[in-house]
Amino acid sequence: MSDAAGDSPAFPSGATVDSGRRTWLAITCGAGALGGAAVAVPFVSTFAPSERARAAGAPVQVDISAIKPGEKLTVEWRGKPVWIIRRTPEQVAALTKNDKDLADPKSERKPADLTPVYARNEGRSIKPEFFVGVGICSHLGCSPSDRFTTGAQPSLPDDWNGGFLCPCHGSTFDLAGRVYKNKPAPDNLEVPPHMYVSDAVLVIGEDKKA
Amino acid sequence: MAEFKEAPAGAGTLVQASTWLENRFPTAFDAYKVHMSEYYAPKNFNFWYFFGALALLVLVIQIVTGIFLVMHYKPDANLAFASVEYIMRDVPWGWLVRYMHSTGASAFFVVVYLHMFRGLIYGSYKKPRELVWIFGCAIFLALMAEAFMGYLLPWGQMSYWGAQVIINLFAAIPFVGPDLSLLIRGDYVVGDATLNRFFSFHVIAVPLVLLGLVVAHLLSLHDVGSNNPDGIEIKAKRDPKTGIPLDGIPFHPYYSVHDVMGVSVFLMIFTAVIFFAPEMGGYFLEFNNFIPADPLKTPLHIAPVWYFTPYYSMLRAVTDDMVNVFVGLTAVAGVLAFLKGGFKGLWKFAPLVGALVLAVMLKSFDAKFWGVVVMGGAVMILFGLPWFDKSPVRSIRYRPSWNKILYGVFVVVFAVLGYLGIQPPTVVGTLMSQAGTLFYFGFFLLMPWWSTWGEFKPVPDRVTFHAH
Repeated sequence: MSDAAGDSPAFPSGATVDSGRRTWLAITCGAGALGGAAVAVPFVSTFAPSERARAAGAPVQVDISAIKPGEKLTVEWRGKPVWIIRRTPEQVAALTKNDKDLADPKSERKPADLTPVYARNEGRSIKPEFFVGVGICSHLGCSPSDRFTTGAQPSLPDDWNGGFLCPCHGSTFDLAGRVYKNKPAPDNLEVPPHMYVSDAVLVIGEDKKA
Repeated sequence: MAEFKEAPAGAGTLVQASTWLENRFPTAFDAYKVHMSEYYAPKNFNFWYFFGALALLVLVIQIVTGIFLVMHYKPDANLAFASVEYIMRDVPWGWLVRYMHSTGASAFFVVVYLHMFRGLIYGSYKKPRELVWIFGCAIFLALMAEAFMGYLLPWGQMSYWGAQVIINLFAAIPFVGPDLSLLIRGDYVVGDATLNRFFSFHVIAVPLVLLGLVVAHLLSLHDVGSNNPDGIEIKAKRDPKTGIPLDGIPFHPYYSVHDVMGVSVFLMIFTAVIFFAPEMGGYFLEFNNFIPADPLKTPLHIAPVWYFTPYYSMLRAVTDDMVNVFVGLTAVAGVLAFLKGGFKGLWKFAPLVGALVLAVMLKSFDAKFWGVVVMGGAVMILFGLPWFDKSPVRSIRYRPSWNKILYGVFVVVFAVLGYLGIQPPTVVGTLMSQAGTLFYFGFFLLMPWWSTWGEFKPVPDRVTFHAH
């Protein structure tokens, strides 16, 4: 190891390297680095959601009796907008016409995350009339805006059957929250766990686990 | 330790005080010489050389105004929006401090973009200034993080939804994405936890990193010396007696005084914006940000602030069709490298295998993820510039004439991408931004080839300089 010896005061020429000490030096440095990395763990952990944030997320009860056909009600659940749309019979009938242009008409992608078992149907809903979905675009989390009027209009195709347009990146969804093909958003809108307590009362965030 | 100096007999108080200081703190006196009075910069600096000093000025403005804003601002989801309005309406002169800070953010990007363009056209990133360029790119990256996190603090609609979109970018990363974005937000949606941590990053963490990088940028620049519009190494021709470069002049007083003029003009424009157009028609302060954040409703049209829009356009450009184009280009690159790469033996098949793996990855992850990759890659690719450019000369002055057109097109494409990023998405707009994205990446990735083509002009021995 003569190359380590030089003329600097730390390594006078002729000095030899004590490999035993060097091994201990390496071990000490390694142990120090491990200790430093271990200290980083609690600091990084503080970034995770706090216990309070985890606890917030109780189910929400909604009275849906006042929603008229063709109207939408937005409620907050876990800080996210949840839409309750009462579809008109025409709107329900138009859903099947969209299938050929949709990326995932049968809700087959990530069904466990996006579509509960009872919503894996054409309308992605328990009752065909009511659609319940989280109004957060699966692309980058914007909330799509309503485009219920049918027909040609800016940013939409001429044979538009009503649905949603995300203002951020132009993704479009039909009235069952299904995403159209070749749009930035990869997935359909999430249908949250929900159930009907009565005809007028809907609970979001909880369902009857069969 | 250096020898103790003695002030000459009968010297004035000033000389005595300075001698006293120099004996006790010689480092400061050495630094003054190394970085100011004996830092020899080329004498042919032109207009483009104002922007480095101006960037430093804006950094100081941002730090000073930021310190005063923090005295009144409240980083709390329930109080933040009102506290900004309080600064604007009730704090004496608070509006001025806040407008200086908000206009300063845009001004920072104006001068930094011009500063980067200077480096691009005069080849200031080439050997031996690679590290100066890399530190500069890191500054640009830190600046983007700083601006993005600062934009959340007013807690307006654009603050909220902009943050929502950018944090969700991280969720697109396969496997770890959703957990990563949760870790960044600190909650299941952008909320109080997010606001608090962004405040912490914006006022202390990122500025510290930024200052450190600026010091590294300047120290490394002063170690290798400044480039100039001719791209000539002035250190190659020195005065035989003094060893000072013949084309160099001391930074102080020549460029310090010169920069005072640039600063004066800059401040005229800067103050004009602050007083007459602080919102700049919605480009510096977006109109929707005067509405408090509403987690249930995205504004009808959302776009980032102007300085992010070229990259935002590239993000939007990546649709499923665009991914198919990427697959095609990957295949072409793989086949070309197989035929002409000059690899030996089994390695000959490496480009084909690599292209196949990349193509499979392109098709198996969402277009959304590749959009994020493209957006990040558009910034990261700048780091590689010193190694992409194989041109024998530095400055555009001595490159083949058609290079000027190419660089001009590059600027136009970047500006068009920026414009498209502000506009709502349209079919034509998406096609244009896809073409622009391909041009942007082609410019850099094909540079190893095109930068060697054509007829280079003879580079003079000494810099081109006409005394005024």
